[in-house]
Amino acid sequence: MPRSPSDSVHDVAVVGGGPAGLAAASAAAAAGCRVVLLDAGAAPGGQFWRQSSDADAHRDGLPRDRTYARLCTAVRSVVTYHPRRTVWTIVVAAGGFTLHTTGAGGEGVFRVAAVVLATGAFDRQLPFPGWDLPGVFTAGGVQALLKEHGVVPGRRIVVAGTGPFLLPVAVGLVTAGAPPAGVFEANRPGRWPLELLSRPGMPSLRHMHTDGDARDLAGCVAARAAEAARYVGTLARHGVRVRARHAVIAAHGTDRVRAVTVARLGEQWTVVPGSARTVECDTVAVGWGFTPQVELATGLGAATRLDADGSLVVTVDRRQRTSVPGVFTAGEINGVGGAELGVVEGEIAGRAAAAELGRAVSWPDALLRRRYALLTFARAVHRVYPVRNGWRNWLRPDTVVCRCEEVTAAEAAAAVDELGARDERSVKLLTRTGMGWCQGRMCGFAVGRLVADGAPGNPRSVAERPLATPVRLGELANGPGPAAAAPGSADDPAEPGQKEAG
Amino acid sequence: MTATFDFDGRPVPFRAGQSIGAALIAAGVLSWRSTRVRGRPRGVFCGIGVCFDCLIIVDGRPNVRACLEPAKERLDVRRQDGSGHAEITV
Repeated sequence: MPRSPSDSVHDVAVVGGGPAGLAAASAAAAAGCRVVLLDAGAAPGGQFWRQSSDADAHRDGLPRDRTYARLCTAVRSVVTYHPRRTVWTIVVAAGGFTLHTTGAGGEGVFRVAAVVLATGAFDRQLPFPGWDLPGVFTAGGVQALLKEHGVVPGRRIVVAGTGPFLLPVAVGLVTAGAPPAGVFEANRPGRWPLELLSRPGMPSLRHMHTDGDARDLAGCVAARAAEAARYVGTLARHGVRVRARHAVIAAHGTDRVRAVTVARLGEQWTVVPGSARTVECDTVAVGWGFTPQVELATGLGAATRLDADGSLVVTVDRRQRTSVPGVFTAGEINGVGGAELGVVEGEIAGRAAAAELGRAVSWPDALLRRRYALLTFARAVHRVYPVRNGWRNWLRPDTVVCRCEEVTAAEAAAAVDELGARDERSVKLLTRTGMGWCQGRMCGFAVGRLVADGAPGNPRSVAERPLATPVRLGELANGPGPAAAAPGSADDPAEPGQKEAG
Repeated sequence: MTATFDFDGRPVPFRAGQSIGAALIAAGVLSWRSTRVRGRPRGVFCGIGVCFDCLIIVDGRPNVRACLEPAKERLDVRRQDGSGHAEITV
């Protein structure tokens, strides 16, 4: 039964202006919904289609994306777009949802009948000695400085970690005139065709339902392989070699990074004895995959699962429906899979939200097939670029694990070994890991692995964040009231007559 | 003429659309905060508003994320030590 539209001016709120959010907003609007798009960013595009603050700066040589152009046009013409608005909480209200925003775009309240969450992901981090030195950035941070701000953060830059994202970052530096002093990939990317074709027990070409599925997947593989080859070729032309099974295991310096220790890694990322060497540098760009931003969904009580890469992600059905009626999710929040998958999921989620509100929508077979192929490919990528347990041996007792609360590896270990903590939530309560400004977004993955002896642990226990972003006390006082700020309260309907500033 | 903001008494140039953090890094400043417990230097880490390492004082307002805050002409930007509320510490 369709949900009745709310009395506000919009039917659907889309949270997040990246590929998935733009596609969802555009699809819901095309189906006749009045859509408001709430974006933490300053312009449509998200982290992937990042707007340059200077159009002439650092062109990366890739073709201007036609999908991006199409979605921007659609969003500008048929969607109400609010930049610099971060949704800090969503309250279930009679017949729909109330979204509260903060940020430079202004405090606001939006009442809608359906919500699409497309909140994306951020770089996953692992602690290592010296990772808190100025000059050590996340890979995404370096990408943001390059593409959005036109700033090359140093002269001798080392790129390290794992995952396909390291390549475009390295190429971006080359294009900006600062070829990296080294690119170190901890895994063996050469193995991914093997993973895709022969790994038992995972979807592969042999398990495709139809020839059409296989063709979609083959096309996807060919496109990604060509992209990777283009990146590696560009790097090689500038004398930059990607060293597989190597990692930055320590950064050195007092006031800023001056050098790193690079080592060759064994199968489980233990350091190969005698392989450590020092590389002088002034900047490090490091990333170990991505962590999806799930807190708005978990705040609403949506079911989650552990993805193949160990990330907590929101569970959805074939129509991108979460376990909460009226709440849809699209993109990295459902599992890291890249922009192309985000667009496909967004197009499905936008249609599904419109259908929920009683609009007539079409379900092109090609769209659903494409999602299947891209999901299959994403799973293979996760298998090729896992975080293996050897990183825990890189830590020293005084290595800061939680950057915000400055909790060391020794303190976290003591909580486990001496105080008997058996999950990340207990470590948090005993040591304050994850209690600071970032709310465990930087250290959560690592602390979970430290406690659970390398297993994923229980990330949901520390991913419940009643407020999705820090807000000032005044905003909290004027907001949805204490009920909405308490975990597990999402089922309580908001009191009628509460403040509506929107 | 280049647009500038003021950082601890010195002018820092910026281009339209740049964040305070990006402009500081371009000017060679990598750190503008010391941590509350160990007094360690910090600057931009995640660069996209998630980690809160780059907190800075802007026009008297502490705990502003330098990586997100747009640079503007004549802003009074200052480094942040500890919680950024040193003046009200008793």
